[in-house]
Amino acid sequence: MKIVVCVKQVPDTTEVRIDPATGTLIRDGVPSIINPDDRAALETALVLKDTTGATVAVLSMGPPQAEAVLREALAMGADEAILVSDRRFGGSDTWATSLTLASALRRLQADLVLCGRQAIDGDTAQVGPQVAEHLGLPLVSYVGSLRPEGDRHLIVKRMFEDGHHVLRVQMPCLLTILKDMNTPRYMSAPGIFEAFQRPITTWTLDDLDVDPSQIGLKGSPTRVKKSYTKGTKSAGKVYEVDPREGARIIVENLREKFII
Amino acid sequence: MAGASAGFTHFTDFMGLEGLLTDEERMVREAARAFVNAEVLPIIEQHAQAQTFPAHLIRAMGGLGFFGPTLPEAYGGAGLSSVAYGLLMYELERGDSGLRSFASVQGALVMHPIFAYGSEAQKLHWLPRLAKGEVVGCFGLTEPDFGSNPGGMLTRAERLEGGKWRLNGTKMWITNGTVADVAVVWAQTPEGIRGFLVEKGTPGFRAPEMHGKWSLRASVTSELVLEDVVVDEAASLLPEAQGLKAALSCLTQARYGIAWGVLGAADACYQCALDYAQSRIQFDRPIAAFQLQQEKFAGMVSELAKGQLLALQLGRLKDAGKATPAQVSLAKMNNTHMALDIARKARTILGANGILDEYPVMRHMANLESVYTYEGTHDIHALIVGQAVTGHAAYL
Repeated sequence: MKIVVCVKQVPDTTEVRIDPATGTLIRDGVPSIINPDDRAALETALVLKDTTGATVAVLSMGPPQAEAVLREALAMGADEAILVSDRRFGGSDTWATSLTLASALRRLQADLVLCGRQAIDGDTAQVGPQVAEHLGLPLVSYVGSLRPEGDRHLIVKRMFEDGHHVLRVQMPCLLTILKDMNTPRYMSAPGIFEAFQRPITTWTLDDLDVDPSQIGLKGSPTRVKKSYTKGTKSAGKVYEVDPREGARIIVENLREKFII
Repeated sequence: MAGASAGFTHFTDFMGLEGLLTDEERMVREAARAFVNAEVLPIIEQHAQAQTFPAHLIRAMGGLGFFGPTLPEAYGGAGLSSVAYGLLMYELERGDSGLRSFASVQGALVMHPIFAYGSEAQKLHWLPRLAKGEVVGCFGLTEPDFGSNPGGMLTRAERLEGGKWRLNGTKMWITNGTVADVAVVWAQTPEGIRGFLVEKGTPGFRAPEMHGKWSLRASVTSELVLEDVVVDEAASLLPEAQGLKAALSCLTQARYGIAWGVLGAADACYQCALDYAQSRIQFDRPIAAFQLQQEKFAGMVSELAKGQLLALQLGRLKDAGKATPAQVSLAKMNNTHMALDIARKARTILGANGILDEYPVMRHMANLESVYTYEGTHDIHALIVGQAVTGHAAYL
């Protein structure tokens, strides 16, 4: 089985702070990390490698410094790493990104494509499903667990807020993986050493079969109208009362705001 | 920043050490840091209080290649640079000196002598399993009456007929002794001091644990007792280990790791104190705003930054094959001294809270008292440096 895991380099949003004067993000000194859902997707692939002998390639689209997350993926145990990087891809929205990644995936010919559910910087959850659409692959999103059944099928659990579906899906297919699905392994010292002995393949626009008018900023239909920080809410009120009185106060407040 | 128990995201880097590291070295540090934050910090205080070693971490650390990572891959090593190894020790000791001691002993004091002085059969038999943490080793040089003067050791090995040796003697202050599967034991022979591998379970060999320590409580410290222990020469004698110099070269490896490791303990204490001083309000201000506390922080961060740069330069020299034992002594002496000083200052900043196990400071401080003395006391290192500078050996 050949697995390709799509990973994105993102700023560690737990480390991002807001400049109180300008209201913008302070990105200085914020470490870049593998997007957490993507890291879980990588761990899922590495478990399949351990148990079934699958090969695992990692694919990322981004600037040259995104190589760092690919090295980290190699240090965790991935076999191969491909960086899709070209200034002409700059400014891509999810449409242009998914077209570009789909083109790279056509070259890689995977039995299984794993993506994280969504990235912690953009939070769209669109790229994985769009890639599946471009490639005509079956898609299962919000995957919370999976196991292989024979050589061609997977039994996957698709999570909902209030339950889950168990689905049997035929490969090739694309799954988007939830961060909570597993605990990703640590990089090992020999893994790190080997990661720096291996080449990282870089593909530019010239290596991919994708329409240049559909990529980068000009190929991106999304327009950002405004970006701002939400105002802080006023402090809540604390009532120290017994449960019966508490319930009465809650109902009264909800009525006042016409919520019930 | 997160609280002391959750671990801090960044290591203290006042003088831009990060920029002097390779990507590979930074990645090793990140990997070790993530491991220590998740696996060590949440449990280490309980282990120190209970005087237990977190034995489940042995396999975990072995699986991540933390033991002997500078050795070649053929013997289970990872081919890492000495600087990457140093950063690994830094992060482990940020967790606890006992944990770093375990890794130092396994890697520098057991795997190194087998690699440097063992036969090919001994290397293949022991090194891959020691690297994975499947077996544990210990190093027996120090004796109850011979600490700084190991050349006077009383442990004897005598050659018997049929390719056998008989060992008699007692070793003391042996990290991992009780839990070790194999001990590297140094003994006087008619041909000078030689090194032997003694396996657990060999008749006449015992390793009782020492109790009552106020320091390195999350680490196993033992005696080794050898009473007419008969070993097979091919399996046991390290063929290339001739003279005290061989034993001392192992200590040089371990001391190098200590020069890095204690920076981690110091960093943990410094960051804890800084975090505390920012949130502790007295006289309506954070105590970090008071001049006396700031003078302490300025001194602490100065020493930490100097220690980091010293360790890095030593590591670069070591990777170039140019580090001398006296340079290693200087770094061990300086960094351990400053780490202990930082731990003590941090304790004063935390006030009464500094003595609680809610914070890592008192544990590190007590640990560093051992580190100050073991692997060559502070005083002996001063004399080694003194000899290098003056040409006169003052300890003979």
